[in-house]
Amino acid sequence: MRNAINKQLINMGNTATVNIDFFVILASLLFVIGAFGVLIRRNMIVLLMCIELMLNAVNLLFVSFSTYYGNADAQIFVFFIIVVAAAEATVGLSILILAYRHLRSIDVSLFNKLNG
Amino acid sequence: MIATIITQLLGALAIASAMMVVLSKHPVRSVLYLVVTFFFISGLYIMMNAQFLAIVNIIVYAGAIMVLFLFVLMLLNLNKDAEPKTPMIIWIISTVAGGLFFLVLIAALKDIVLVNQKDDFAQISNIGLVENLGNTLFTKFVVPFEVSSILFISAMVGAILLAKRDKQTID
Amino acid sequence: MTISTLLVILLCLPLSGAIINGLFGKHIPKSISGGIGTAVIALSFLVVLSFFNEINEPVKVTIFRLIHLDLFDIQASFLIDQLSIWMALIITGIGTLIHIFSMGYMSHDEGYYKFFTYLNLFIFAMLLLVLGSNYFILFFGWEGVGICSFLLIGFHYSDPEKGIANSLAARKAFVMNRIGDAGLVFAIFLILNTFQTLEFDVISAMVEKGGIDGVSLNSVLMIAITLCLFLAATGKSAQIPLFTWLPDAMAGPTPVSALIHAATMVTAGIYMVTRSNFLFELAPFSKEVILYIGVATSLVAAFIALRQNDIKKVLAYSTVSQLGLMVVALGLGAYTVAIFHVTTHAFFKALLFLGSGSVIHGMSGEQDIRKMGGLRKIMPITHITFLIGTLSISGFPLLSGFYSKDEIIGHLFAENPVLYGVIMFSVILTGIYMFRLYFLTFHGTFKGTSHQKNHAHESPLSMTIPLMVLAILSVFGGVLNLPGLFIHDGAHWLNHYLASAPGLDLIVHTEAAINTTLLLMGVASVTSIGVLIWAYLEYVKKETLAKPDEEMSGWEHLSSKKLFWDEAYHILFTKPAEWLGEKLNQVVELKVLNAGVIGLATITERAGNQVRKLQNGLVSSYLFWMLLGLIMLIVSYLINTLNWN
Repeated sequence: MRNAINKQLINMGNTATVNIDFFVILASLLFVIGAFGVLIRRNMIVLLMCIELMLNAVNLLFVSFSTYYGNADAQIFVFFIIVVAAAEATVGLSILILAYRHLRSIDVSLFNKLNG
Repeated sequence: MIATIITQLLGALAIASAMMVVLSKHPVRSVLYLVVTFFFISGLYIMMNAQFLAIVNIIVYAGAIMVLFLFVLMLLNLNKDAEPKTPMIIWIISTVAGGLFFLVLIAALKDIVLVNQKDDFAQISNIGLVENLGNTLFTKFVVPFEVSSILFISAMVGAILLAKRDKQTID
Repeated sequence: MTISTLLVILLCLPLSGAIINGLFGKHIPKSISGGIGTAVIALSFLVVLSFFNEINEPVKVTIFRLIHLDLFDIQASFLIDQLSIWMALIITGIGTLIHIFSMGYMSHDEGYYKFFTYLNLFIFAMLLLVLGSNYFILFFGWEGVGICSFLLIGFHYSDPEKGIANSLAARKAFVMNRIGDAGLVFAIFLILNTFQTLEFDVISAMVEKGGIDGVSLNSVLMIAITLCLFLAATGKSAQIPLFTWLPDAMAGPTPVSALIHAATMVTAGIYMVTRSNFLFELAPFSKEVILYIGVATSLVAAFIALRQNDIKKVLAYSTVSQLGLMVVALGLGAYTVAIFHVTTHAFFKALLFLGSGSVIHGMSGEQDIRKMGGLRKIMPITHITFLIGTLSISGFPLLSGFYSKDEIIGHLFAENPVLYGVIMFSVILTGIYMFRLYFLTFHGTFKGTSHQKNHAHESPLSMTIPLMVLAILSVFGGVLNLPGLFIHDGAHWLNHYLASAPGLDLIVHTEAAINTTLLLMGVASVTSIGVLIWAYLEYVKKETLAKPDEEMSGWEHLSSKKLFWDEAYHILFTKPAEWLGEKLNQVVELKVLNAGVIGLATITERAGNQVRKLQNGLVSSYLFWMLLGLIMLIVSYLINTLNWN
């Protein structure tokens, strides 16, 4: 079963004609959309999600380059990025809950104690 | 041929759902759209034969992290009216900034000369398969692997400490 | 002991006295404080005496180097020649006597130690002035005596009723001295530019050799230098136009007036011109100017003194008049004669001032002669010594003043008989006002309050002994420079003694014919005795009293109002200066400078306020700026890598 799938994939791979350029632009676009979301959204949870989106864009870039060069190191790096993203999401959300307890709201613009 | 079309389609769909993540007013819908985006991205990974990462993406990201987000969202029990509204001026500025950013990135990246200048992919190799990836992970990258366990411990401890209910703040 | 060691000791003695009294004077008893102050000056006098005995040729002692440039060098060096030794003798000798007098006079004052500090400091500065071998050290001492004069005139600045007047008088003295100092500084610059050195002997040699650019008879450069030097002399020696500070300076304690404003500081100008004789000889035009200014000053001051009623003010104007006479001698080129008159004037003027101090002390502070009278029975010693001083200053025959005045008058007659007549008139006026002062104070009936009459007493020995010493000197001081007609060998001893100073050796003294000398002496004696008799008749026999201020009219009014010199200066100089100061304060200070400086601060504050709005605490705005920064970075990278074809 595995071999059959592999064969199919290899067959597909031999005819693959997608450029690296496509993946670069795609990753950039996803990243920019994530950055846009961070700037726009005031809901803290959605903010964190847009950050995850940016991380995924970077992951995509890494994987595409790894395939391009035939080097597995980039995929390991993606693995670790996922690890770190998980830890960061955890801690970020617990901070968010803490902030919610103080402000009773999840509007980021209310966090302006450092004003002035 | 078909692979190319599928890849481009998946890419376009990923972009569309990412836009919906950002633009939708309901936070729960944003979360769901993000899950869908992850699926499309995993699809792209599969097209490049990075099988392990595709599965890990689904399981960890879409499965665990997004569920966590959903839980927190449900916990806060907000409705649609509590969603903060951003003024129009911020929209304009951010759109312009974002567009500018995209242009600049593309301009910077368009003329780069890659070392292995190739018109298309090399032979899609088997490096994305579990055995090969595992080989590299446990030989070349075993130290970061062990260290990441410490990272997890600290993240867990931090999360629990932070979210612990104080005696003073009574919700 | 080598000469240089002795010189250093000489200079350090008064300075150390000043330092000890200044630092510790508060904690040591008054007698020790005064004793130290007097002892150091007495020791200095002994050192100068030893110089007087031993030194025959000028000796130059260099202590250290002050300024060293490619163009010129200035050393801290001292020239011990006959002129400086003679001046130092006067300074330390009369200084010692005045210190002894002060120990008694100031004994009730609480600033006792301060007084001696300032006096010693003054002696130090004056010694620097006369012993310096270049204009730089002279200038140093010049400024020093100016400062000490300021400090001593305003000594009682916290006196409840006269404190402000004292301070104003001190300020006036200082400002007028300063104007003169400007002249001296300018002259020093010119001299340095022309001769590249400031040493007296070097300049004298250069002038003698000749051949320097611009240095020739009556050249513009020489006239400029000498007139600037003379401006400085008018400031210090109270000539027209800078003399009005001297009468005001009588606000200081009497020993100060005696030491500084009679014997030493005011003679600094005379000394300086004598030292610069080689420069003045090259500018006869300046000497003319000096002559006329001296005559004018002598006359004006004598006129004003005729109707002054404060005992010290009369003596002050008398000092100005006598200084005018010395300046006349300088203008005639008779430098050693001027120094002779400096010497005799120091004797009798110090005597007169100390005598007046004794009178004031005995009259419990009264200074108006219209409230005195008949004091000769109450204060015999003061009376006799004061009489001797008065006789000497009026030129009574055979006293010291007679000889010195006669020398000057003799030279003047040879030069310019018209001016001789004017000076003789001034001499007559001198006799009149001095005898008026004497008779009104010591003869007649007592016109003071009964309180003063009960307390009037003769002064203690500490005050009368200096009076007696000075009286003896006033009588016999004439032997220093007797004219050749009385003795053959020692004639004009002082003239010859001083002639070895740099430059002075070149001046040729012509002895007048014996007949002329006898004639002039006779005229002077007759006028002097005549004035004495007239004054006796007027003030003793007819008992003419001094009028109160309201009753004076005509010339008397002019005289008692000091010919309105002070008022004229006030309108001409003080008021415009004050107006200018006000205007500058309003316009420049308040508007321009304040606006500039405070405006700068305001701009910074406002700018800061605007920039502060960037920090609004919102994460999204920070992220926005970060994004912008990132874009900038990438753009700059792009620009750098663009191929400019």
